[in-house]
This record gives sequence, C-alpha cells and structure tokens, in this order.
Amino acid sequence: MGTRRIGIGFAALLAASTVGLAGCGSQSAQAPATVNNSPKQLQIFSWWTGVASSKALAALNAQFNKEYPQIKVINEAVAGGAGSNAKAVLASRMEANNPPGTFQVHAGHGSLYSWVQAGDMAPLNSLYKQEGWYHDYPASLLNLLTFNGKIYAVPVDMQRGNVLWYNPAIFQKYNLTPPTTFTQFFNDAQVLEAHHITPLALANHGDWEATLLWSDVLLGTVGPQEYDALLSGKASWSSPGVTTATQTFVKMLQYTNSDYTALHWQQADQLVAQGSAAMNVMGDWAQGYFTTDLHLTPGKGFGWAPTPGTAGTFAVVSDVFGLPSHLKNKTATLDYLKVLGSKTGQDIFNPLKGTFSPRLDANPADYDAYSRAAMQSYKKDKLVLVIGQGAVNPGFTTAVNNAMDILLSNHNVSQFVTALENAAQSNPLS
Amino acid sequence: MIKHAIKDTPSSIPTLPQPRRRWSWDKASAILVLAPSLVALGIFVYGFIFWNGYISLTNWNSYIPNFSYAGLANYLAVFRTFRFQSDIRNIIVFTTLFILGCLSLGLFLAVLIDQKIRFESLFRSIFIFPMAISFVATGVIWAWVLNPQPNAGVNLILRALGDKHPPTWFLSPLIIPSLGWGQIKVGIPLALVAVAIAAVWQMSGFAMAIYLAGLRAVPEEIKEAARIDGAGSWRLFWSVIYPQLASSTVTAVIILTAASLKVFGLVYAMTGPGQDFSTDMPTLNMFDTTFQGSQFAQGAAIATILFLLMAAFSVPYLISVLRRENREEEM
Repeated sequence: MGTRRIGIGFAALLAASTVGLAGCGSQSAQAPATVNNSPKQLQIFSWWTGVASSKALAALNAQFNKEYPQIKVINEAVAGGAGSNAKAVLASRMEANNPPGTFQVHAGHGSLYSWVQAGDMAPLNSLYKQEGWYHDYPASLLNLLTFNGKIYAVPVDMQRGNVLWYNPAIFQKYNLTPPTTFTQFFNDAQVLEAHHITPLALANHGDWEATLLWSDVLLGTVGPQEYDALLSGKASWSSPGVTTATQTFVKMLQYTNSDYTALHWQQADQLVAQGSAAMNVMGDWAQGYFTTDLHLTPGKGFGWAPTPGTAGTFAVVSDVFGLPSHLKNKTATLDYLKVLGSKTGQDIFNPLKGTFSPRLDANPADYDAYSRAAMQSYKKDKLVLVIGQGAVNPGFTTAVNNAMDILLSNHNVSQFVTALENAAQSNPLS
Repeated sequence: MIKHAIKDTPSSIPTLPQPRRRWSWDKASAILVLAPSLVALGIFVYGFIFWNGYISLTNWNSYIPNFSYAGLANYLAVFRTFRFQSDIRNIIVFTTLFILGCLSLGLFLAVLIDQKIRFESLFRSIFIFPMAISFVATGVIWAWVLNPQPNAGVNLILRALGDKHPPTWFLSPLIIPSLGWGQIKVGIPLALVAVAIAAVWQMSGFAMAIYLAGLRAVPEEIKEAARIDGAGSWRLFWSVIYPQLASSTVTAVIILTAASLKVFGLVYAMTGPGQDFSTDMPTLNMFDTTFQGSQFAQGAAIATILFLLMAAFSVPYLISVLRRENREEEM
C-alpha cells in the first residue's frame, strides 16, 4: 500500500516534469540549431507579426528571393509584448551561440550596442562602401549605428517618437491650436477640461508608454543637445532640467484619464479618435492604427504635430538589421542586408508597413500625407533617440520604467530623479 | 581500513531499515525504465536549478556573460528595490486569498456534489473544467468581466443593484490597512483581490476534486455510528467528517501554494505590474529583469528566492509523507 502510494507520487512528479519539458521543447523547436548555418537557408528574426508589418516583411522576402532564388528565407517572427517576447527568445539564442541569420533591433545605444559590446556583431563598413550607402543615408542616422568607427547595422525603416496626435474637430470647435510649448499645452488643457474632454489620453499597460511621454517632455524641456548628453552619459541626471521636465510631466498627469494602467496605446488613440480625449503622445506607428484600423483620413480624422518644445527635432525609432558574428556562413545574411538596404527593397517594404524609407533618395510620392510630412522633417531636423525605444542600455531602460510606475502614483519628483541617478550609476550609459 | 570503517557506518546504524539488496530482473527493468527520465530530470531540472543558483552569485548583469563572483550583491540589490518589496507583499497576500478562496469554495462544492445527486459526473466536470483553460485566457476574460469602467462588465450589475460607485477592481490603488514599512505600504492591495477572484474561479475545481476524494474515503460506518449517537448533519460534518479531511487540505494547500508562487500568465495578461506595482509578482519582475533589463544575475537571484520559498512549503510536506509511508510499512 505504502510503496504503491510513493510510486504514484513519483509517477505524478515525473509526469509533471515531462509536461514542463514538453513546454520547453515546443519553444526550442522554433530554433533548430542546424538551420541557421546552412548556406541554403536564412532565418529572419523579428517581432513583425501584425497585419501590416508581416505583409511588408513577406513582400521584402519575396523581393530577396527574386534576386537570390537559391536561398530559402525562414520567417522567425515572435509575437507578443511589443517585441519583449522576441527579445527574450533572441537573448537565449545568442547566449546559446545559435544566432538567427539576422535580427530586428532598434538603432541606438540600446540592445544593438549591448550586442556589439558582447562581441556578437560583425562590422559592416565594407558592405556600406561596396553598396555606396554612406551617401544614400544621412550621416546623422549612420552615427547612431556606428560605435568606435565601425558601423554595425542597416536601417530598413523610419518612425518618429515625438508626435502629438490630436482630434482636429475638437481643436476647431474650441478655437485651439496644437500646443508648441508647455505653457500653451496647459492653456489648451484647461479649456478642454472645462468642456469635459480629457485633454491628454494616456496608456501604460505595457509599462513603456508613459516613459515615452516623459522622454518627449524631457526632450522638449532641455533641448536636443542636453538630451543627447544625458542619454550618452555625458550630463548628470541630477541637473535641474531633468527635475523641471519631470515636474511638467507630473503636472500633465492631472489632465489625463485615470485608467491608463488598463489601456494599451491603441485604446488611448481610440479615445482621441472618438473625441472623448483631445490629444495623445505616441510614436507614429499610431498613424497606421488611425488609418488602417479606424479608417480615418490623415489631417481630417486625426492631426499631428511635434510634441511641445520639440519642433526641429526628430526622435528616431528605426528598425535595423545586423550581421551576427557567430554565424558560420555569412554570405546569405550579407545578401539579405543588400536587398534590405537597397532602394528597391525599402520602396516595397515601407509603404506596406506604414513607415517610410530612411534613404535620402526615397520617393515622397510613394507615401501618404502624414509620412510625407514626417519625411520632410526627418531630412532637415536634428535626430535624437528615444528612451525605451533602443536609445539606452536595457538595464537603464527597465530601471526607468520601474521608477516611472512609482512616479505615476506618488508624483514624487525627487525620488524619481534619485532613481534615475542610481540607474545611470549601475547601468553606465557611456 | 579507515575508509572501510567510514563506509560501513551507515549500515551499522540499527534504526535504519535494512535495504533489500537482492538483484532481480524486476528491479533491473525498473531501473532501466526509470533511467531516461531520471537523467532528463537530473539535467533539465536539478542541473539548471544549480546553474541558476550559481548565476545568481555572479556579476552577469548585461549581455556580456561575466562569471566573476559577486557574493550576495544581487540579492541585496533586488531586496532593496521598491518593486521586489511590493512583490513579496503581493505574493503573500495573493497566496493567502487564493488558498482560502479555493479551499472554502472547493469544500463547499465537494460537499454539495457528495449529496448523491443526479448528474453528479456532469457537475463534477463543469466545476473542474476551468482548470483546463490557460491562465492567459482566464486573465483576459476576467479583465473584461471585472472591467474598471462603471458602465461595463460586472459593474453594470452592481449599478443596477443600486451601487452608485462600483469598484474599480484591478485598477484600485488602495492598500488596506496601508502600514508604512521600508519603502512600501503593507496591507492588502485591493487590485489583487480582483486577480485572486479570477485565480479562485480557475482553481477551486481542483480543491473540489481533492476534497471529494477525501469525502469518499470517510467510511460509511463511522458516519452511521455518529448518526445513531444522535449527531445532526451540522455536527456530523464538523466533528466527524471534517477532521478526516485534514490530509486532503494539506495536499491541496501544498499544490495550490506552488501554483500561486509560480503565477505569471494570469497577472501578465490581466493587469501587468499594475499601478504602483500593486499587482506585480516575483515572476513578472524576474521576466522583466532578465529579458527586458538583461540583468541575468539579478533575475537568477529572484528565481532562487522563489525556489527557496517553494521549497519551504513543499519539502516539509514531502518529508512528512515519506515518514508516514515508512511508518505504515513498518506496521
């Protein structure tokens, strides 16, 4: 009797652990170790699983196969969590020395630079020279991909992180203009609140949306030079500009919806589209939501402006692809990067994805009204990066997101600034 | 010689039962059959537990692997954060609510089903069915049911019943009684109650199944004897049947505690870390720290703390079970 019970207990334990193992198995089955090094196959790793982005990726892959029919492209996109799940899978694959053929990462000193520091990326200077790309892309963008004189990735698209989306009908009704300064923002907000309209829609279910807003407020308060210095570890986070910006941010919170913890960014933009809120600060991936999901016309159904104080500055969120250094066969990846960086490849990819091509010779006629406007600013504005979108190392970003969660509820500016200083100390930015 | 002496000591302790060392085909085949899973378990479970513990003592806090010894620095760093302190409060509160909810609801359902009703197996299946749903699906659905808007979900019913200010459920920033301790406020975060409701809905069927098995094991003669002695059904339950369910309760508590400490999908899908980390869990923190923040050693430290917590619950249970088995064997 007794032994049998023990036996059953052990059987249950074993069964439980095999279930666990099976769970692991299904995950690692996505990454068979033998595929990526074969010259005939190429794994493209991304978090492009949405309707528009997966369509754009498929079209780019088709173009690649037209030029290189002998290589089979395997789409290794990982869904969910705005790329956070993909980053987790990528980290474990890199750790196991089993990198994909190439992978999506944001331009800047974030994950890309961390991979470079870890020695997992190979430089692409000769590819750039060979393809003439040093003249095809603005130097200010290539600077964000260059570390110690070596360039490590090819940009495929361009998105803007400092956009204020607004409802034109509301602004017209109350004779308001989109705010260009914070004073103007608060004046507008008071008018809107008096008419029972939420001045600023906010979402923070993903724990990064509020950080994006704060990052744009910081940019608008201290200006691009000091902002750059802060992000690259050359200025101190205890400088008065950071405190002023955070105070402004906290003041803005008075004019937002209170259920932001439950909302995804799309829901915040929906509030703006429906007219129950007037403005939202979000990257221009929101424009695809306005046009494709809500069927609104740019300029009529929704309007846009740089966030307060950031006119003349373009906050870059660009998807780039590099060459993992631990690949045995690099030719297929280099061939893919050639197509990805070419005018043909980008002209196919970007209009489908709702982004625009970062190449200087991109044709504005391929794009809609919003993208044309964004393209113009991109070509003349100063380029900066966005915290939480690849600007700074992942450790610092997570620390900022955690501190933001506390700031949102206790509004304690000095505690937040101290947290920033500590974060910069334990995750050096330079 | 000395070596031999040392080797011999264990078997010379008289209290230990003499192991049966006879070799037989039966035994050999048993070992052969068990070996593959034992090897797999050894590598993939126990091997990785040790590896994880080792990583938590290193300085590996970026993409660059760094195995230099850090001592307990990662543990200290983790314990100092507001987020982890909140996690500890949350996991204690959540586990308590979850277990109390599952046990009381499970016992109630089991007693109802045990009344020799018609369609018993149908009801049993209905109550157990939520267990078959993934925690993520439960989280999404209950986020809709407990929608914080006053004009949606269960709040519609509450308003129809005359509640003018229906609760904001998992968005509530309130912590009751909110005692200051360290950086955090200690108490029950109301937002967690909503999460616990969803979890209880999912797992109370499991407690029911365990209690039902316990109820069925109570011998009919004892119940009859009590009835003859004049016990009413209330008295019969609390004085005769309930004490016999103690081992069912222990089993359910251990398994539910393990499930509770590991909770991830439910919270990830339903609320995320929540306002002021009021619904954050160590597992969520571990995922963010490791894979968003790429601070692998700190993530490993959180995992190790979770592992120790879980061991603190399950090891005494396993030991007591083994002791009981031994005693039964000797008898």
